[in-house]
Formats: sequence, structure tokens, C-alpha cells
Amino acid sequence: MTEQSTSAVSINGVTKRFGDVVAVDNVNLEIADGEFFAMLGPSGCGKTTTLRMIAGLEFPTEGSLQIFGEEVGTLPPNKRPVNTVFQNYALFPHMNILDNVSFGLRMKGVDKKTASAQANEMIDLVRLGGMEKRRPNQLSGGQQQRVALARALVNKPKVLLLDEPLGALDLKLRQDMQTELKSLQRELGVSFVFVTHDQEEALTMSDRIAVMHDGQLLQVGNPEQLYSQPVNRFVADFIGQTNLIDATVADDEMIVLANGTKVRAPNPHPPGTKVAMSLRPESIMIGDREAVPSESQSTSLSGVISSVVYLGHSVVYTVNVDWMPLEVRVPAVAGVSRYEAGAEIAIWWDRLSDWIVPDEGYRG
Amino acid sequence: MTAVAPDEQSLVATPEFERSNERNKRRSGLLMALPAYVYLVLFFALPLIIVVVYSFATRTRSGGTALSGWNLDSYQKLGEPIVRDILFRSLLLALITTFICLVIAYPFSYYLSTRSPMVRNIMLVFVMIPFWSNFLVRNYAWRVLLGNNGPITRLTEGVGWEESSILFTPTAVVLGLVYGFLPFMILPMYAALERMDWSLIEASRDLGATGVQTFRNITLPLSRPGVIAGSILVFIPSLGAYVTPQILGGAKTTLLGSYIVTQFLTARNWPVGASVSTVLMVVMLGATLMYFRSGGKTL
Amino acid sequence: MSTTKQLRGGAKWALSVNAVLVYVFFYAPIALLVMYSFSNDNLVGRWGGFTLDWYRAFGENQEVQNALSVSLKVALFSTLISVILGTTAALALERYRFRGNRFFDALLYLPVIIPDVTMAVMMLLFFTQLFNFLDAVFGIRFAKGLATVTLSHIAFSISFVSIVVRARLAGMNETLEEAARDLYASRWKAFRYVTLPLITPGVVGGALLALTISLDDVVITQFVAGPGSTTLPVYVFGLIRRGVSPLINAVSVVMLAASILLVLLSLLAQRARGGTTA
Repeated sequence: MTEQSTSAVSINGVTKRFGDVVAVDNVNLEIADGEFFAMLGPSGCGKTTTLRMIAGLEFPTEGSLQIFGEEVGTLPPNKRPVNTVFQNYALFPHMNILDNVSFGLRMKGVDKKTASAQANEMIDLVRLGGMEKRRPNQLSGGQQQRVALARALVNKPKVLLLDEPLGALDLKLRQDMQTELKSLQRELGVSFVFVTHDQEEALTMSDRIAVMHDGQLLQVGNPEQLYSQPVNRFVADFIGQTNLIDATVADDEMIVLANGTKVRAPNPHPPGTKVAMSLRPESIMIGDREAVPSESQSTSLSGVISSVVYLGHSVVYTVNVDWMPLEVRVPAVAGVSRYEAGAEIAIWWDRLSDWIVPDEGYRG
Repeated sequence: MTAVAPDEQSLVATPEFERSNERNKRRSGLLMALPAYVYLVLFFALPLIIVVVYSFATRTRSGGTALSGWNLDSYQKLGEPIVRDILFRSLLLALITTFICLVIAYPFSYYLSTRSPMVRNIMLVFVMIPFWSNFLVRNYAWRVLLGNNGPITRLTEGVGWEESSILFTPTAVVLGLVYGFLPFMILPMYAALERMDWSLIEASRDLGATGVQTFRNITLPLSRPGVIAGSILVFIPSLGAYVTPQILGGAKTTLLGSYIVTQFLTARNWPVGASVSTVLMVVMLGATLMYFRSGGKTL
Repeated sequence: MSTTKQLRGGAKWALSVNAVLVYVFFYAPIALLVMYSFSNDNLVGRWGGFTLDWYRAFGENQEVQNALSVSLKVALFSTLISVILGTTAALALERYRFRGNRFFDALLYLPVIIPDVTMAVMMLLFFTQLFNFLDAVFGIRFAKGLATVTLSHIAFSISFVSIVVRARLAGMNETLEEAARDLYASRWKAFRYVTLPLITPGVVGGALLALTISLDDVVITQFVAGPGSTTLPVYVFGLIRRGVSPLINAVSVVMLAASILLVLLSLLAQRARGGTTA
């Protein structure tokens, strides 16, 4: 973990209760300087509350919250060196773009001329030059989004907070903005803390991701870690698509699937523990039953195909093994014939591609 | 985790801080509400209580009110034939007024809500104008129209309809009430219809319902909050109407409102006036509660 | 929204006719009243050629002028106070939770729905009781007059102002205030530069409504007015009860014109641009 003094945001044992509801439950988190950090989870998981606590729009019930080593837990939002891009932008409808962008500087006491000059510079940076005199409602969604960014960034915040900033945009615009945000962040070198419920967005943009659920921080890591080594059922299921197969631990080398198949899977759990094996659809291979490779490198199951969906770049088979359906995704290769529903086939996977997660809690 | 430096200690959030912050927020809310709050308690809630108290008091022989010897005499007076007649007449006229408003306003609001937004806004403004403009004058206009030399009378007499003037009859009162309170019916009704999801109508038709079936099963239930709100907004002021019966009604159309005023300004029987007012208030509160119970949010 | 609502021709026609009739019903009596106010005939409701005599009489009638000046004084003062009280009440209810806020909310609604007559009785008994009390305890004698009328008008105007301002606040996203705070504005500055400019149309609209209602009230005023504090509507009401006259026509039309003007201004203010949604 990064050292205290270099963390842009450092959250220690922070809990937020609204009445009886625990919105954020004892969260510990370090966000490094210059990092693109995403907080990911379904709605109501506490990610937005955490962001609002960093902004000062909510105060923690308890715990320490530091920005570049300075405690800010009880400071009001106007005394914190961070700025926020709000979900629906929250642009001031009665002010033009220039006044919106220079608002923060003016409130800090910067004189009008300097504030306007800096605001104009920032408006140019987000490619809205010439729009200074317009009102927010005269701009498109994407343009409003950029005004919101400029309005926050012009204050040179030490950390920029973004609350689902792309949620209101349509798909195409959203993808463009993703790239734009990412390059803007690299250019400025400021930490971006980004709240989203869209796992794909988080995976594409972030250096690191924190997955939250029911107010708890489940896992923090880079996209690859989260995808390949989820800490529990919920993370495995939430990040990408996966097959979760119930199993029981036999010993520290072996687990037993529901149908009795023994799978070699090193794990730290005591024998008898209920676990789930996460198996990504693309790491499963499919073929004729005779084609199954030798036992030493992989595990295999036999099954019947119940449905075939052609997706252009890939084909998704639903395969019924004895006790449950599994999804299998294979690249669609032109000229290679596909299996049809009803075909009796075998599936197998490489020993390194399964991943054992504890079964406790979170059933997706 | 590092220990927090002592001078920063005060900046660490604690449950105590959160509580005091919440308390401060509540306090500033209360502080802001306080002037209006105190004003309304003093000049509205307290007067309201005084009326209820007076309704149990006794009229002295000199026409004053003795605030002692509490009794139900003034309520018993409500059972006397004269007062009972007035009660029933008021109730009847208020119900008729409400019903007529309903019948006129529903198709009108329906029509309004099916116009394009621009037309709708213009039409709405022309409903808002009578809604807010001077009530007394609007009633007076009918007095002129229905009067002895008024155009309507001349018109009916011209057709050979002698002695047909409705001025100073219950009919004139109902006419004045409908004229006065129709916008109160239209506006909430329109609001309900406008909020309605019109694709539901199309869905219903698509599923094979006839126009009448669709109206009965979809449109009517969905516009019910508006119908109830409008009915209450017309019924309550009609029941307590004073200006309209004074201007358009005759001696035989004394209604609750006029009766109350008489008790205070001429008969000087304040306890009876207070008890009738209390009854009126209870009816009003009951109707309002009924409306909120039935799922209405704002009036 | 499409305007074709799959109505048969007949039903559509009936609806249109009904709508036209409703507007005729609303406006024909007003139009006729306006017309007769210019009629040169001593009998009300008969056309006797154009004249401005009745308006001249209106301008020369001292009693009418006195009543008008009382009306204006009461309306302006009660509006000023009720705008301040109603706006702070709206802000408190829309932006804060506090002890007793639900009771306050209900209390704020009641003056709107309570019948005039009931409110009039309430105010009469209250002031009578209050004056008796002050006389008995402090030996100070008060009488009904401008003050009692104004105090009563404020009591119902607060509610109308607060309803209009609340509607404005409810349509205004609270994150706008948060955004201002996030951009280094203190609580006061966030209010001054964001909240206040955005609710101003509501405040103006509410003020105009308060003026309208105060200028229109008859019943409550009649109960709490004393000698010398007769407002124009009360004076006119008294005249009407004695019978119609061309002078009343003229006064009525002036009152009506004033109230329509105020309503239109109020609607215009409430529709003014700026921040219904973020």
C-alpha cells in the first residue's frame, strides 16, 4: 500500500449511518496521487455516499478522512481542496458558461479579470471556445458534461470527484467521453475518483477499482486482478460474466463439485467448506467427447448443448452439465461449423483458469 | 493507519460531531420557519381554538358571550328546524354545484390535456384568470346580467317568458357558485389527466378494449385523484359560501355562510355562530383528510 | 405526446363545443359588465350609448377613493410581510427537517382551504378576545382597524406565498446548492448567488398573488375592519347589497382589471426562465 503522505485520499475506518441504515461500513481506502480510481457497485452500495464524504457533502459518522495527509473529516465542502462533477452536471441555469466556470474562482476571492482569463483557458481546453456566453440549456448533453468538467478543473483541485458523470449520455458519446476523460486525467496528472455502476466503464478507464456492496468495500485492485482473482462470489459475478459452480473443499489441493467430480484446485480453506468455482465463459473449451485432453492439465465435464447464440465475433453456448447450465463462449471462426442445440459434447478448462471463491454472503 | 496529530484531532469526524451537525441543521431549519410558525400559531391556530371554545360558551342576555358554564346548547340549536333546513339546503346546493362543475370540467380537462403543449398553456392561462380574479366582481356581473333590466331577463321576456327571472332564487346561487368555483375543479383535474401516461390508452385499445371500456377502466381510475381534489376544492367553499348567496340569493336562500355571519353581526349569538363554524371546519378537515388518504399529495 | 387520442368524430366535436362553451361562460359575463360600465344609461344592464361618466364619478367619489387607499395600504403592507414569512417558511420546509415540520406543513395549508367565513369568525373572536385580555390586564384599549385587517390578511397570504415558492424550490435541484458549496461558496454565498436568483420568480409570483388575494377579500375584512378601515371590496359589497348602479359597474371593472393584471404578471413571473430543472 502507498505511504500515508503520498496518498491523495486516505480513508480509515470510515462509517456512515443514516438513521438505522449503514450506508458505508468501516471502509479503509488509499487513493494514490495521479491515479484514475473507480468506485464500482450496484446502486445503493455506498459508493456515492463515499464520494460525497470526500467532497464534504456528507460527514462520516466516524473514521478518519484525509486529503494529502490532512484531516478533512469535519470540514465543510467549501474548505476542501477537491471539486466534484455531479451526476446531472448541476450547472447553474441562470448563469452563462463563463460565469459557471469562473464561479469557483470568484468564490475563492480571485478578481474578476483573472478568474475570467483562467475560465476562458479552461473552456478552450475542453473545446468549448466560443460558447462562453451561452446558457447551459442551450448546450448538448456532451457539452454540458464538458462545462461541468471545466467548472471543477479550473479550480485546480487536488482530487477531482466524478459522480456517474457519463450516466446521462448515449452510448457513442459515452465512449468518446471515456477516452477524453482518460487523456485529460493523464495530461493534468490529478487523481480522478470516479463513481460508476457500469463495470465495463470501470474496467476500461481505471488504474484501480474499488468494488462496493451493501456499504462494504469488497475488493480493491487493478482491473486484471479484479477480473481474474475476485475475492468472493459477488465480485466474481459483478465483474464480467462468469459461471459460478458450487463445490465443497476436499483438502487443500482438491474440491468436489456437486456431481462428485473432483477438481484439482489449490485453496486455503479447511476441508468441508462450501466454495464456489468461478469459471469465465471464454476460458471453457468445447469439443467432441473424444477430443478431451489428458486429465493432468485440465478438468472436463460432459454435457448437452441447450442453446446457441451467435454474436458475430463469438458464439455463446449454453451447456447443460448434469446439475446446472454453464455458459461457454468461443470465438466464431468463419468456415468452422458450429454445434447445434442437442449436441452431446464435452467441455474442459485449463487448470489455471478456474478460481475458487468463498461461498459466504453475496449470491449474485 | 497512522495516529492523527493532536491539532488535527478536532477535524476527525465523530458520532458526536455528526449529531451536533444534524442538530445545528435542524435548528437553523426551525429558526427559518419560526417567524411564519409563530405567526400562524398566534394568528391562525389560536383563533381556530378560540372558535371551538366559543362554541361551548353561553350567550348572555345582552348579546355578549359568557366564557363560563360550558354547554352543548349551541350544538343542540343545530337540530332546530330553521337551522336544520339551512344545513340541508347548504349541503344540497353545495353538492349540486360540485356535481355540475364535475360534469362540465371533466370533458373540458380531458380536451385540454389532449391539446399540444402550446395550445394547452394558452388555454390554461385563460382558466387561471377567472381562478384568481376578483370573486366579488365576477358574482356582481351575474347580478347585472340577471337583473330586472339585464340582458338575460330582456331576452327571456322578449321570447314571451314572463316572470322568468331566476335572480334571488337557489338556481341563481348555484349558477354563481358554479361560475365562481369551476376553475377549482378544472385545474386539479387537468393536472391529473396531464400527468397520465397516454400510451396506456393506446395499450388498452390495442388489447381490444372499446373506447368506453378504456375510459371506464383506464382513464377514469387514473384521473380519480384529480376528480377528488377538484370536488373537495369546490364543495368546501360552496358549503361556506357567503358572498354569492348575498348577491344572487334571496331571503329564502339563506345558507350556512350567511347564517354564520348573521349570528355574529346582527343576531349577536356568537356561540351558535361558532358552533356552525366548527361544524364547517370539521367537514372541511374530514374532506381534506379523505383526499390525502385516497392517495392525493397536494391540493 | 400525440394529440390524436382515437376519439370518434362525434365525441371530438362534443368536446370542442364544450370547451368553447366553458370559455364563453367564463368571459361573456365579464365582457358584458365591461361593456355596461361604459353605457350612458342610469339603468344598469341597458345600453344607452358610450360614456366615461361612471369612471369620472369613480374618480370623484371620496368614499371610494378612501376605500381604495385603505385597500392599497393593507395589500402592500400585508404582502411585504407575508413574502418574507412565506419565503423563509418555504425554504425551511423544502430544505430542512426540523422538530414539528409536519405540523407546520399542515398549519401552512389550512388557511388556503378553510372557508372565508370560518376564517372571518376566527379572526373576529380572536381580536375580541385579545382586546378584552389587553384591556383587563394592561388597561390598554384597542379597536378594530387597519392593523387588524392587515394582520388577518397576512395570516392567509403567508400560505399562498409559501406554496408558490415551494413549488419553485421543489423544481430546483438541490445539487445546485451542493455544487455551489463544492465550488467554495459559503452557506450564505450559495444562497445569495444560486438559491435566491433561482427562486426569485417564485417569490415575485407569490407576492403578486398575495396582493391579488388581499385586494379581493371581502368576508374576512368585513369582520375585522373598524370605522375608517373599510377596504374597496367591502365598500362595494355594501353598495351591491343595496342594489346595482352604474357606478358599481365602473368600480367593479377597475377592480377586475387590476386583479387580472396582477394574475397575468404573477403567471408570467412564475414561468420566468431559470432553473426549473438542473
